[in-house]
Amino acid sequence: MALQLPREWRWRQERYRLIGGRCRRCGQAFFPHREICPRCLGEDVAKEQFSGRGRVYSYATVYKAPVGFEEYVPYVVALVQLEEGALVAAQLTDVDPTEVQIGMPVECVLRRWRTNGPDGNIIYGYKFRPRLES
Amino acid sequence: MPAMRPSRPIGILGYGAYIPRYRLQASEVARVWHGGQDHVPIAQKAVAGPDEDAITMAVEAARNALARAGIAGERLQAVWVGSESHPYAVKPSSTIVAEALGAGPLALAADVEFACKAGSEALQMAVALVGSGMADCALAIGADTAQGRPADELEYTAGSGAAAFVVGLADEAVALLEGSVSYVSDTPDFFRRGQEHYPRHGGRFTGEPGYFAHVLAAGRELLSSLGRSPADYAYVVLHQPNPKFPARAAAELGFRPEQWQPGLLVDRIGNTYAASSLLGLTAVLDRAEPGERVFFVSFGSGAGSDALSLVVTEKLPLRRHQAPATASYIARQQLLDYATYARFRGKIAL
Ligand SMILES: [Zn+2]
Repeated sequence: MALQLPREWRWRQERYRLIGGRCRRCGQAFFPHREICPRCLGEDVAKEQFSGRGRVYSYATVYKAPVGFEEYVPYVVALVQLEEGALVAAQLTDVDPTEVQIGMPVECVLRRWRTNGPDGNIIYGYKFRPRLES
Repeated sequence: MPAMRPSRPIGILGYGAYIPRYRLQASEVARVWHGGQDHVPIAQKAVAGPDEDAITMAVEAARNALARAGIAGERLQAVWVGSESHPYAVKPSSTIVAEALGAGPLALAADVEFACKAGSEALQMAVALVGSGMADCALAIGADTAQGRPADELEYTAGSGAAAFVVGLADEAVALLEGSVSYVSDTPDFFRRGQEHYPRHGGRFTGEPGYFAHVLAAGRELLSSLGRSPADYAYVVLHQPNPKFPARAAAELGFRPEQWQPGLLVDRIGNTYAASSLLGLTAVLDRAEPGERVFFVSFGSGAGSDALSLVVTEKLPLRRHQAPATASYIARQQLLDYATYARFRGKIAL
């Protein structure tokens, strides 16, 4: 597990702040950030912190979780379309799986993803919850 | 001893609250442990979800504070997080919070511990840093996922929440800091040893020598050194471990119920420890009008109080809607049964 520490650490800003990419040539926004635009294959990609507001594009309920996620069962994993257009695959939180609908407005929050055992580090990252109107 | 005053005009640029979605009713605790026969101190408390901790709650409160301040995280020159439930024993919460906000790397960051006063102590540190001219912008947070031992009376009230304040120069402030008093003494009213999961309270020390001695002394000292009376204030916010203590202390200081009721949240969210008095302050700032004054006194066991006097500026009504009101977090609620609560908060050892 300790071997994962460098990789987890390298991705922290993308995970904590929802920083993705935007192609300077065709304008496409995408997540996570990549060096090459997935749409036009252009190589001029800027980093961008997304607003975190979006809608549920599709979703699935998980009853049998991978290692480290058992405590959240049952939970929903969704493809969220951000206002910027990028699609983000993420766990939904603060919601009963039966309440989730396609098109539901959601917003990004920082939550615990999992821990590397009781004496290991805690991995934090983005999740989405039903939008709280301000 | 005169009140502490900044050496240049400063205030709160933005404030933010966070209260988790889940609630545990006190009647549910009484049902499980006391056959439903106990006298319960509050209606319900806020409980963090299974993927929440002091860090995640601090981040949301801080993002709300930055939104109201209208600034980006990179402007912050200090990030101080007060809590008695930091997720790590060794590794600061504050660096994770700072990174999530986009603050630093050129910044101060530290975790503050002082029971329920840790958040207001962080606020005093931010006031000192900005008030002295060493920095123009500092963030103070109080955040806790407080735990009471199952069946202990603390289990009724030990709740979860966070509140954050951006301190900066007066010309951008939604509320100006007029002065403050801090008051501490070695009092064994409440403690938790390093390897213990749950705290202990020191019986006869909790009320008079603990809460009342410190809140009243700090409050009276600030009023007298500023030459003010309770009638000069529209609101008073005190630390709220239960509804009775702050009401009695506020009355003894000379305040009236209409001054303390708007900031008294404990009956609906419990004692959120380092966030308790600070969340009360956010609820008051959600409704205060320009020119109105707010009197604030925290309390932390061990023990100490920070008393602050604030006056609201004309910027507050323009900026309060940039983030969710504290009342919207209180209104968002999902009741838990005791078994789900025990599962969420790791009270069952497998
Ligand atoms: Zn492109």
